[in-house]
Amino acid sequence: MISVKHLKKVFGSVEVLKDINLEIEEKEVVVIIGPSGSGKSTLLRCINYLEEPTSGEIIVDGMKLGETDINKIRTEVGMVFQRFNLFPHMTAMENITLAPMKVRGASKTDAEGEAMRLLERVGLADRAAAYPEQLSGGQQQRVAIARALAMRPKAILFDEPTSALDPEMVKEVLDVMKDLARAGLTMAVVTHEMGFAREVGDRVLFVDQGMILEQGTPEEIFSHPKEERTKAFLSKIL
Amino acid sequence: MNFELMAQAMPLLLTGAVVTVQITALSVLLGILIGLFVGIARISTFRIVHLVAAVYVDFLRGTPLLVQIFLVYFALPVVTGQRIDPFVAAIAACSINSSAYVAEIFRAGIQSIDAGQMEAGRSLGMTWVQTMCYIIVPQAARRVIPPLGNEFIALLKDSSLVSVIGFEELTRRGQLIIARTYASLEIWLCVAIIYLVMTVSISRLVAWLERRCKNSDQR
Repeated sequence: MISVKHLKKVFGSVEVLKDINLEIEEKEVVVIIGPSGSGKSTLLRCINYLEEPTSGEIIVDGMKLGETDINKIRTEVGMVFQRFNLFPHMTAMENITLAPMKVRGASKTDAEGEAMRLLERVGLADRAAAYPEQLSGGQQQRVAIARALAMRPKAILFDEPTSALDPEMVKEVLDVMKDLARAGLTMAVVTHEMGFAREVGDRVLFVDQGMILEQGTPEEIFSHPKEERTKAFLSKIL
Repeated sequence: MNFELMAQAMPLLLTGAVVTVQITALSVLLGILIGLFVGIARISTFRIVHLVAAVYVDFLRGTPLLVQIFLVYFALPVVTGQRIDPFVAAIAACSINSSAYVAEIFRAGIQSIDAGQMEAGRSLGMTWVQTMCYIIVPQAARRVIPPLGNEFIALLKDSSLVSVIGFEELTRRGQLIIARTYASLEIWLCVAIIYLVMTVSISRLVAWLERRCKNSDQR
């Protein structure tokens, strides 16, 4: 589904990603963990070209990045941001319907019907007319997830989706994500929520200093980490 | 002070004021249209587009409006061989000059919008232009109202410069009446008061617009 080969990203003189190789299968949930500044977010952002890779190859659903129209790839790979990035001048409903109408050419009626179903799915059907600032952080992030889903992407990238949330709101967002994982959505999730990683992750990647240092099932990584740095990282956060 | 003369001159001055408002409004409108494009060009990642816009803005902000008016009215006809109507010259000079300032206002407004907004739009598969139109510009529009209001006021005052090409707006009317009556004190006082009433009205109008936008922001 998503194939990353020899991905390298350099900011100025800093090598943020060094030779990343990664395959994400259809319906797989890959959780990416690691210390801050390790390049996890950059890796995710390279996959849909929000950051331009310095070198390497990224293939999404058979389409090679850099050769195919980037907007087409982005409709297949949604993104959920740490700071939600909802459009503040639009209601929850308008946030969700904008891209399907402008990009997919959906009619207003169809887009709104679909948006309503998605809002129900994330438990916010009664807040369709609310503006982002009238919603709590957790609600905003759920609307953002619905917005990404509205494009019917084949995969969604989650960039620390719960890091900007108050603790009591983390669960409501994770519950929605678990629901999506069970429904078979392909997901790549950068997170510090180890409980989530353990419960829904098919595979966990430990990224440090721009490299995938270790990967395996949640059981392997969390219970029997091989690398010293993985052990050190886990001992600090578990 | 001759109050009778002031009262007599008022109607003539006021018709001049109407002309001043007309040039200013038209120039601001055209200035906004051109300025929006130049402002967006200023933040373009295409180096050439960016460079051309930067030179445009620098030239217009770095030379006096009076000189720009002379360039349009006296210098351009030398090149084209065609006389220019003072009204057209006045509007052209004022709107092009204003567009440079407006471009900077729009650029600042657009750059004040969180970069995450552009990323969110692009991540949904929208093009740069679509994201600009539907997401960035509508948000920036609310923030540029106060500086645009200031620009409107500045231009209203600067439009007095077009009197030098004989275009009969408020200032020129004043000059003509003084040439006839020699009543410098009375007439320039009237002219000043009329400008003041206009600029204060505009700043009130802008303040009201700003409040209204803030309310609709919260909803």
